[in-house]
Amino acid sequence: MQTDISWLIGGPQGSGVESAANIFSRACAAMGYNIFGKREFYSNIKGEHSYFMVRVSDAEIHSNVSDVSIMVAFDAETIFRHYTEVIENGAIIYDSDIAQSSADEIHTINAEYKTKLISDLGQKPTVQNALDYAKNNGVKLYPVSFKSVLSNMADELNNPRLKGMVRMYNVLGVSFSLGILKMPPQTLMESIDAIFSKKKAIAELNRNAANYSYNFATAKFSDFTFTLKPTEKKPGMIMVQGYQGTALGKMACGCRFQPYYPITPASDESVYLEANEIIDVKENRPGSTLVVQTEDEISAIGMTIGGALTGTRSATCTSGPGFSLMSESLGWAGINEVPIVITLYQRSGPSTGLPTRHGQDDLLFAIYAGHGEFPRIVYASGDVEESFYDTANCFNYAEQYQLPVIHMMDKFLASSVVTCRRFDTEKIKINRGKLLEKIVPDSNYKRFALTEDNISPRSILGLENGIFWNTGDESDEQGHITEDPELRMRMMDKRLSKLDYVLKTMPDEEQAVSFGTAEICVISWGSPKGPILDAIEMLKSQNIKIGFIQLKLLNPFPKTYLGFLLKDVKTLIDIEANHVGQLGELLKQHMQRVPDYYVLKYTGRTMTSTELYNSIKDIIEKKAQKRQVLTHGA
Amino acid sequence: MALKLGDYKTEVHNDWCPGCGDFGIVNAIQMSLAEMQIPRHKAAIFSGIGCSGKTSHFINVNGVHTLHGRVLTFAQGAKLTNPDLTVIAVGGDGDGLGIGAGHFVAAGRRNLDMTYIIFNNGVYGLTKGQASPTLKLGEKTKSLPSPNTNYNVNPIGLAITSGFTFVARSYAYDVRHLKDTIIAAVKHKGLSFIDVLQPCPTYNDINTRDWYAGFDEVTKMTTPRIYKLEETGYNPVVHYDEESELNQKLTQALVRSLEWDAKIPIGVFYKNEIISQYEKRITDKIPNYLENSPSAQTISTNGKPSTDLSEILDSLSV
Repeated sequence: MQTDISWLIGGPQGSGVESAANIFSRACAAMGYNIFGKREFYSNIKGEHSYFMVRVSDAEIHSNVSDVSIMVAFDAETIFRHYTEVIENGAIIYDSDIAQSSADEIHTINAEYKTKLISDLGQKPTVQNALDYAKNNGVKLYPVSFKSVLSNMADELNNPRLKGMVRMYNVLGVSFSLGILKMPPQTLMESIDAIFSKKKAIAELNRNAANYSYNFATAKFSDFTFTLKPTEKKPGMIMVQGYQGTALGKMACGCRFQPYYPITPASDESVYLEANEIIDVKENRPGSTLVVQTEDEISAIGMTIGGALTGTRSATCTSGPGFSLMSESLGWAGINEVPIVITLYQRSGPSTGLPTRHGQDDLLFAIYAGHGEFPRIVYASGDVEESFYDTANCFNYAEQYQLPVIHMMDKFLASSVVTCRRFDTEKIKINRGKLLEKIVPDSNYKRFALTEDNISPRSILGLENGIFWNTGDESDEQGHITEDPELRMRMMDKRLSKLDYVLKTMPDEEQAVSFGTAEICVISWGSPKGPILDAIEMLKSQNIKIGFIQLKLLNPFPKTYLGFLLKDVKTLIDIEANHVGQLGELLKQHMQRVPDYYVLKYTGRTMTSTELYNSIKDIIEKKAQKRQVLTHGA
Repeated sequence: MALKLGDYKTEVHNDWCPGCGDFGIVNAIQMSLAEMQIPRHKAAIFSGIGCSGKTSHFINVNGVHTLHGRVLTFAQGAKLTNPDLTVIAVGGDGDGLGIGAGHFVAAGRRNLDMTYIIFNNGVYGLTKGQASPTLKLGEKTKSLPSPNTNYNVNPIGLAITSGFTFVARSYAYDVRHLKDTIIAAVKHKGLSFIDVLQPCPTYNDINTRDWYAGFDEVTKMTTPRIYKLEETGYNPVVHYDEESELNQKLTQALVRSLEWDAKIPIGVFYKNEIISQYEKRITDKIPNYLENSPSAQTISTNGKPSTDLSEILDSLSV
């Protein structure tokens, strides 16, 4: 029997929900389980409802499901937001002191949601009524007075300081959960030690609290039927935060300069790079990544370009609003054939939109941003593990083809926590294209020399005999301004021909990944990959075979390879997290193929595999509308 | 073999208007590079957009003609990744103090070891003479439909309060003074700024060559408006790290920056090498930054990464 448990912890922003989820995830991962976790939070520093959902399984998993097996709530809002998600025989561990709270007292719950609660519950929106609703659905209720537990613990351990330490609620919640799951406590202790490794005294307090509450739960709530037993541990696994994939990829492939401007959900990556700025180098002195916080995103991309001109692998990392500001300079990089990488962690727009929520709204914008016509590569990663290798590839593309590369990531990927195979730097190749290391005297170097493959040998600032000019104007081979019509045409042809050259030379498997084709086939790009793979797995267990094509190269559009993959597909389902179905638009434009169905989500919340399973099933059973819109998630 | 002045000139046709102050500036930059004997490949001129933007094409060292208002961002990126480069950024007053004012202030706060020269002529020449940020309130240059409705930016004052550590002014028609000022700016350890008064003969019919010379149409006599700070015993240098010293040097510079019309000072207003360069602030975090700068680092051997991530990956292992 497979183990597959979803654990949800919620609380006001700033109360330590994330560290609780960290301890829980680490403890489970250390026992050999696969983890898929994701964080949802408001654009707020303190007080609004945030939650973390962690799925634990001994099978390979790539997404969250809609169902919750165990919910931990220290506050009333968590109950109100999630009480319907807990499944039969699941559990709600909650602070008994909040049972009498009413939604009316909670200022972070808006009027619309209060009305909905009243109508769903059919009575006053109190925590007790919501809990009774869950109980009627077969959910086990485990009330604990967190305050009394702390107080009793303080007496027993003779440590009065513990009494008022509400930040301990998180560790208590985790420990109760692991207690009811009858999980051996050893990994919990190790997880706490690992997370508080730099704060010994705090680790000690947390260990005591964990031990106490673990025993409390095993003694008091022994009727829970789900358990987490030690499972076979696979070697070579790591647990990573979503943004670490691209950050470590950058470090590995030699990106040594990253200017950036703070923006959610992109800045975590830059902060991580800076926190690890000194880099170990094999058999050499240490290297470093220079991370510069700039005055705005315009400066960030300007500096990135300046860095690339010195031959430094340079990148910036941003989200939609920042990328909007970068679009003028993007064109400059295009006309001057400068290899830069922009890591674009999308969130929901337009404008400020849902600044801390998920969305894949910026595909068409990434492809078309900037005035004038110039070549760029738009490349999308589907999960954290592949984002590590893709990052390295993006830098290779930038240098091989001498153009800007936009690496599409998103909030879903950025704020997920996953176990995956340890990143292998040996699998990374570094290809710097026609970068010159030396130029002989009197060679009359021309930066934009017209060549057969339309890629010119590239000098860098500081290279002897290789001085060159750049300009945002149209230029001649040397890089000086020209308005000559014929030269203009040749330079436009030179630059834009790169798009065909990319399609001709990039290996098929880097353009798109086929997870098997079938008459009914899903097509997608980016983060829906995980929920799609899990949904397909669920369908497979019912002997339903669904194909899946994950597009990675989105500009230039890989029509030849995709045409080959789609040739026997009868029903094509486009799945993406936006309103328009932007990939669908590209399919129409480039392949004259209109998807038969769209499954879209634009609530700002990530897709679950449960939702996709249901949608695809509806399509198979011919019960679906052409356009299905997903809604799950608080 | 010593480099000659001619080595720093390109053959690109110069299409500035006859009599333009920009000629003096480009000559002075070429002369200063020759005098300092900076190897051509180690120098990079970054320029903005407008007439002055073309400067980089006339100088025979690396030339990066960037975007309107953004020249400092590109220039800083290059300097940060290759600190061995001699970086000179140039641009118009609209470019640097209008659309690019945010970058101007931010660059001052960083204080990288490079130079920024503003060609200050009070108008947007290449778009036919609109008012620029340095044009005085109420002035009506030739092609303005009505007098300027904005108060002017004080470039010297803005540079000083933004953290530039070398702040000077020169005059486009005094090429020798300008050349010497550029050399002093480049040699300064930190971010240097030169505000160059540059008459636009086509669109600025107020601040003309004759105006600066104080030429009186009636008497046919000249009473030069421009005077040199260095000839008045003015001392711009912050000598020691004390608040009173700093305040005195900042204040006198600000007071002088407000002089206009009858008496217009040129020369070095302010110089402070006590404030740390940005490069130094980086080496505090990354000790080998200058020897092993981003552009100098070995990132691969035979197509394989040189980076060793094992320690980080070990810490992520479960």
